[in-house]
Amino acid sequence: MADTSTQPEPEDLLALYRQMVRFRRFEEAAARAYGMGRIYGFCHLHIGQEAIAAALGHALQPRDLLISGYRIHTLALARGMDDQPAMDELFGKATGCVQGLGGSMHLFDPDNGFMGGWGLVGQQVPTATGLAFAQKYRNANAVTVCLLGDGAVHQGALHESLNLASIWDLPVVFIVENNHYGMGTAVTRVSSLPPIHELGKPYKIDHGEFDGMDLLASLDAISSAVEQTRTTSRPALLEARCSRFRGHSMSDPGKYRTREQLEEEKARDPIPRLAQHLVDNGAATQEQLDAIDQELKEHFKAVVRNAEQAPWPDNELLDAYTHATPNRH
Amino acid sequence: MAEMHFREALNRAMREEMTRDETVFLLGEEVAEYNGAYKVSQGLLDEFGPQRVLDTPIAELGFVGLGVGAAIGGLRPIIEVMTFNFAMLSLDAIVNTAAKVRYMTAGKLACPIVLRGATGAGGALAAQHSQSLESQYTHIPGLKVVSPATPADAHGLLRSAIRDPDPTVFFEHEALYGTRGDVPDDPDHIIPIGVGDIKRAGKDVTVIAWSRQMRQLIDNVDKLVERTGLDIELLDPRTLRPLDEDLILESVRKTGRAVIVEEAWPHSSVGATIADLIQRGAFDYLDAPVARVNQRDVPMPYAPPLEKLSLPDLDRIEQAIRQVAYL
Repeated sequence: MADTSTQPEPEDLLALYRQMVRFRRFEEAAARAYGMGRIYGFCHLHIGQEAIAAALGHALQPRDLLISGYRIHTLALARGMDDQPAMDELFGKATGCVQGLGGSMHLFDPDNGFMGGWGLVGQQVPTATGLAFAQKYRNANAVTVCLLGDGAVHQGALHESLNLASIWDLPVVFIVENNHYGMGTAVTRVSSLPPIHELGKPYKIDHGEFDGMDLLASLDAISSAVEQTRTTSRPALLEARCSRFRGHSMSDPGKYRTREQLEEEKARDPIPRLAQHLVDNGAATQEQLDAIDQELKEHFKAVVRNAEQAPWPDNELLDAYTHATPNRH
Repeated sequence: MAEMHFREALNRAMREEMTRDETVFLLGEEVAEYNGAYKVSQGLLDEFGPQRVLDTPIAELGFVGLGVGAAIGGLRPIIEVMTFNFAMLSLDAIVNTAAKVRYMTAGKLACPIVLRGATGAGGALAAQHSQSLESQYTHIPGLKVVSPATPADAHGLLRSAIRDPDPTVFFEHEALYGTRGDVPDDPDHIIPIGVGDIKRAGKDVTVIAWSRQMRQLIDNVDKLVERTGLDIELLDPRTLRPLDEDLILESVRKTGRAVIVEEAWPHSSVGATIADLIQRGAFDYLDAPVARVNQRDVPMPYAPPLEKLSLPDLDRIEQAIRQVAYL
């Protein structure tokens, strides 16, 4: 793909480092709260894949849209949601971003271009092509980025959407986060596909892959694709090779991979990799980085405390948003 | 008043709304260059151009899902499915996305889409092309479901559906496209969703039906009145969700007798819901148990005599009317 990106400034990188640590600490706080029974239902953590979220937050312009499946906490934060309404939503509280109606899988923040938050594997893909269709219809000079997992690439929804995006020149960038497991099933066991990104080829869609465990590589690949799509209104398909360090969801003990395998994956952790880069290039000292970490740990203790104390939704909320006008049935 | 075909009334409604609001567009299989599999979109490509009238590949989940996304993105799509038999492939987009987005976002997003197309038994089309699947949609909170019987209702209700802020599923019986009726000339003619209509006032028995079955009743009610000697009231809910509960209960409280005629299978159907409404809301007024006439509870056969046997017909309807009147 054409390189139209610019190199990030050192202060941007330090801010992005802070974002990645923020995402990690948010997810760890959520995991603890889940263990305490304060977060309910399904809860899917993005730990290990923070570089992709941080890069998206940096690469997108305010008018662009981001939509994904259900592993989304960091994506909402990356687009501009504050920690508190995100955590409150996980706790099911009235002060959550959607007042406790959504939960962990359904964070939304359309004012900041975050369009959810969808629970069915691949469901967000046709929706994304429609969002891009609307952007093009309005000549908005905007792009929709659609994240999906390797588990979604065999859904007909993706193939139908790639075709539609291509025939109608829709400004949508599909990014497959290939963390190699659809829940507990290794993608290689259930796939006859070539490398996933080559799925672009039969649909005449530009495609490529990048190291989703590396912030610089992620920034470069995502910025290039987004800006190229903005310019050409042609869709693109990227594959981010990445690892999730936790189970599929909080209820997954992860017995399908060995401890050694997991340790190997953790050696590619994007946060220490960027820390090393920053220290090596004199952009920050280790002490500075440690201070960021410490500050965020304290911050999330307060965020969790606030979420615990936040009020439950009123009973009236139960049927407040089924239809535009009050529900009769 | 202008007399026109049902399909022309739908066409006029789309044309008027596309003229009125440039975020309205039409997308579906064969809607543009072919002018619609049932010619409902005749002339729209020429009038509004290929940006607003788009032919799709045969990929229902993909293009209905795209429509849902476009609606969430602020447009007002009319998505034509050639028939609702094919729309089952797109249920994920309608049930899991369109119907949920307002609720899951606490009102931050909406999905003002119209999903419209042909329903019912068209004539010797056999099991897979002769279904009335309305209750797949009426079951779902977040959706509105409309099924008109006359050109005037089709016109006024489609305009409402296009303007509605919520996803609306619009069922057009295949056998109605070629029927004719008067449509008001009034450029503001519109019929609100959720409001039923008394097609014939009567005092002895309420017959509730919609779509093609109501058409059949309108065309034959004089015959039924003559044969039974009963003053029959014909009630068309027109909208299947939300139901005009007040109108149904008011009518049944007046007549004390109710027959529900439905071109769909009896189990878990709209008619079953109406029967439940009546027993809850008009039990003390009933002089007889509610009677129901449905499509027989089997897939549709091909052979024309068997197809006729499967569908509600005048004999079965008359029998049900006699039953509630103890004749």
